[in-house]
Amino acid sequence: MAAEPKTKYDRQLRIWGEQGQSALENASICLLNCGPTGSEALKNLVLGGIGSITVVDGAKVEAYDLGNNFLLDEGCLGQSRAKNVCSFLQELNDAVKVKFVEESPVALIDTNPSFFSQFTLVIATQMLESSLLKLDLICRKSNVILVVARSYGLTGLVRISVKEHDVVESKPDHFLDDLRLHNPWPELKEFAASIDLNEKDPVVHKHTPYIVILVTLAEKWASSHKGCLPATRQEKKEFKDLIKGHMLNIDEENYQEAMDSAFKVSVTRGISPELHQIIEDSAVNVNSTSSDFWVLVAALKEFINKEGGGEPPLEGSIPDMTSLTEYYVNLQKIYQAKAEKDCNEIERYVREILKRIGRDTDSIPKSVIKTFCRNSRKLKVCRYRTIEEEITSPSISELQKYATDEDYCFSVGFYILLRAVDRFANNYNRLPGVFDSEIEEDVSRLKAIAVSILNDLGLNGSSLPEDLVHEMCRYAGAEIHAVAAFIGGVASQEVIKLVTKQFVPLTGTLIFNGIDHKSQVFVL
Amino acid sequence: MAEVATEGRWKDVDRLLSRHGNLVSAEFDPRPNLREDIGEYVKVLVVGAGGLGCELLKDLALSGFKNIDVIDMDTIEVSNLNRQFLFRLQDVGKSKAEVAAKRVMERVSGVNIVPHFGRIEDKELDFYSNFDIIVLGLDSIEARSYINSVACGFLEYDADDNALLETVKPMVDGGTEGFKGHARVIMPGTTPCFECNIWLFPPQVKFPLCTLAETPRTPAHCIEYAHLIKWDEAHSGKAFDADNPDHMLWVYKEALKRAELFGISGVTYSLTQGVVKNIIPAIASTNAIVSAACALEALKIVSGCSKTLSNYMTYNGQEGTHIKVTDFFRETDCLVCGPGTLIEIEPSVTLAEFIEKLEKHPDVLMSKASVTHRGNNLYMQAPPVLEEMTRSNLNLALYDLLGKVAKDTVHVSGMTEKNGKRSSSLRKLRVSFKGVSAGPTDMDTR
Repeated sequence: MAAEPKTKYDRQLRIWGEQGQSALENASICLLNCGPTGSEALKNLVLGGIGSITVVDGAKVEAYDLGNNFLLDEGCLGQSRAKNVCSFLQELNDAVKVKFVEESPVALIDTNPSFFSQFTLVIATQMLESSLLKLDLICRKSNVILVVARSYGLTGLVRISVKEHDVVESKPDHFLDDLRLHNPWPELKEFAASIDLNEKDPVVHKHTPYIVILVTLAEKWASSHKGCLPATRQEKKEFKDLIKGHMLNIDEENYQEAMDSAFKVSVTRGISPELHQIIEDSAVNVNSTSSDFWVLVAALKEFINKEGGGEPPLEGSIPDMTSLTEYYVNLQKIYQAKAEKDCNEIERYVREILKRIGRDTDSIPKSVIKTFCRNSRKLKVCRYRTIEEEITSPSISELQKYATDEDYCFSVGFYILLRAVDRFANNYNRLPGVFDSEIEEDVSRLKAIAVSILNDLGLNGSSLPEDLVHEMCRYAGAEIHAVAAFIGGVASQEVIKLVTKQFVPLTGTLIFNGIDHKSQVFVL
Repeated sequence: MAEVATEGRWKDVDRLLSRHGNLVSAEFDPRPNLREDIGEYVKVLVVGAGGLGCELLKDLALSGFKNIDVIDMDTIEVSNLNRQFLFRLQDVGKSKAEVAAKRVMERVSGVNIVPHFGRIEDKELDFYSNFDIIVLGLDSIEARSYINSVACGFLEYDADDNALLETVKPMVDGGTEGFKGHARVIMPGTTPCFECNIWLFPPQVKFPLCTLAETPRTPAHCIEYAHLIKWDEAHSGKAFDADNPDHMLWVYKEALKRAELFGISGVTYSLTQGVVKNIIPAIASTNAIVSAACALEALKIVSGCSKTLSNYMTYNGQEGTHIKVTDFFRETDCLVCGPGTLIEIEPSVTLAEFIEKLEKHPDVLMSKASVTHRGNNLYMQAPPVLEEMTRSNLNLALYDLLGKVAKDTVHVSGMTEKNGKRSSSLRKLRVSFKGVSAGPTDMDTR
């Protein structure tokens, strides 16, 4: 018996749609180490219908696994951890291809680096810095995304490493709609002019959409203000008064909406600084090796500079607003028509560019161009430094900014200490605090290492809270289930964003602070 | 399932529970058997066995909790399977609480989970008073509000309006929507209760009926027209059932017709379901994150092994990953968790005299008050039928009506004047009877 995927995945299809789901189903994920952090991350992905997973873990199930990993039980004791985790995962979703490799990830990185190139993405959990540095280089070389997750007592981290991740459908929560009230095109002006704001019929008057009200009144305003739109606070207030003056009744919701949206008339023309940065990026000088994304950006740039007159293509949708059905549907059509026209211009550029760089001119489908145009104001380019770059030369200003912040100094401390425990492990071949009898000595040893890391970075060693050093030794590398579920959960959420290419992934290193939950992302 | 003796099984969580720390609560008493004591003596209630509930049960069981109850009135549906990992396709139709409890007990030996397949409102107050801590994994404001009022109902204050520690029932509450979620710790009497900042949960937007009937513009308007107006017109008396696929299909087809009539595009079956059932998108990862934070806080509250969240965390993974903690303040005059206004009266005062006193009492100034005591009407001004039923109480002594206790809480509603404006209001009052001492027989009247 199999469930209809549409029904089973209904609650997530409402978030990332069929496109996102099929991206997940085409992805192959490799997990290194299947302790609770890794197991929980995979559990969430398997439930959502990820294409295939491969678990690499050389350990046998021990007693402590039963105390922190739900995917293992007494029957698994002494057997392969990878195999048993996989059999539980398979039970969760038979549509997922589940494989395991019973081998130590640390050894695999050294003996078979080409192993990793077959995957879309590698999740590396509970690994020391030395192995991560090697793995990161391997993944970068074969363009495999690396997600690092680590749980350590009441702290932990999640970090992404990939050269570049581009997002078209970033789906921000709050984003100003694209109505062009500050810069209406002829068809919109024409439609607005066809409606009389002094309409006597009260039903029509209170159902004249605010887009029409604002376009008409902005034009009226401009004609009496040397062609300028309201700019100063005083002018904006006067503009609102002008709108109010056209009300027949104070309960006319469309006029209330017009006053609430009056500011949309005064928005600055042209593109946002973020988009400006993207179209000025050097990658926009495309060649045959460029990604589709940059070909599209190159076409977008042409459009903005020519037909767009500084504006991006119109998004084409309007929010709901008080209106007669007829007016509203007509407005929708006007916006859609303009969006389609803009999209056609962009398509023309795309085909031209593809031809110029020697690619098949049809290699980017119209549907992709359409989605790109609809989202062109919201494009995101995420670039990540290599782990080596972060380790050797992190952004000092970023660390300094938070080191002195009362709320976030713990997170900075944990960041340094998570690096310090790895160095400790290299020096002593064990984690600090594993022996009850040596906790106090380990505290001073770990502190010395952490202070030297801080000093090497040119930071003041005294900014490290002493209590945190003690906490780290108290944890002794414990993988607490709830912490692992949190860190693994974050890692899986990031994987979903990276694989579906929707929403914006974590932009730096997330340091989890399980003491007061004041976790923080550092862009290092 | 009895716990199999496996040496070192709890090594990881025991690091936290058996070792001293400097960033812990003042009551923290680290020792090797602290986890066992928590397992033996702490009773935890998980409210909801859905997306959050499944995760919570797993997380709590692997945090050392052994006495867990879980309550949920729902049965398992296919659309739960993308995140409620304790359920399988063959479980569809069974009780969520029962299946979830069974699965966790199968995998984590030594833990005992008692399922309750039913409504939270149908349980006696005694049931809730049994638990040391309540963890909420819910998706409705009403259910949160109900549990909050029950937990805050156990709270008592001393004469100086300080919450009596032994009456505080801590709650940990989680919630998610898509890539976003929250986790919060509620210590009634100390941190804000759910009602203190209910504004964090804005009410659901409802479309005006005239828009649906006369000026539909969006596919949702067409769907709601079919659902709320057309259904009743076409099916005299037959109630609409959102779980009946035939009903849903009918609404979808009607919505489609209406959309065509008005030239509106975008009505789909999926959207119809979403609008009619008010479906909140949900994914496994966000539920896992929020539940883990809640379970961790529960462990910290009962053990003291670390400072706790103070007191509201939001997680937003939509645009980058943002975690924010806000320390909200308690409303000291909150009707649900506040101590209420203290009124001192003689034991001989009748209910009628008490109502009269409220008109002149400087801290109340309420006229035409109706009085309720633990949900029972003592006197109601309206409607007439209730007034008549409760009228006979007016001549009885309030002391007798409240069950002869030294001190108790009543709720009064009536008209008050504020800044020259009269409005109806609800107040919580603590009535204390002069010359009556709070003897041992007066304790535990709840």
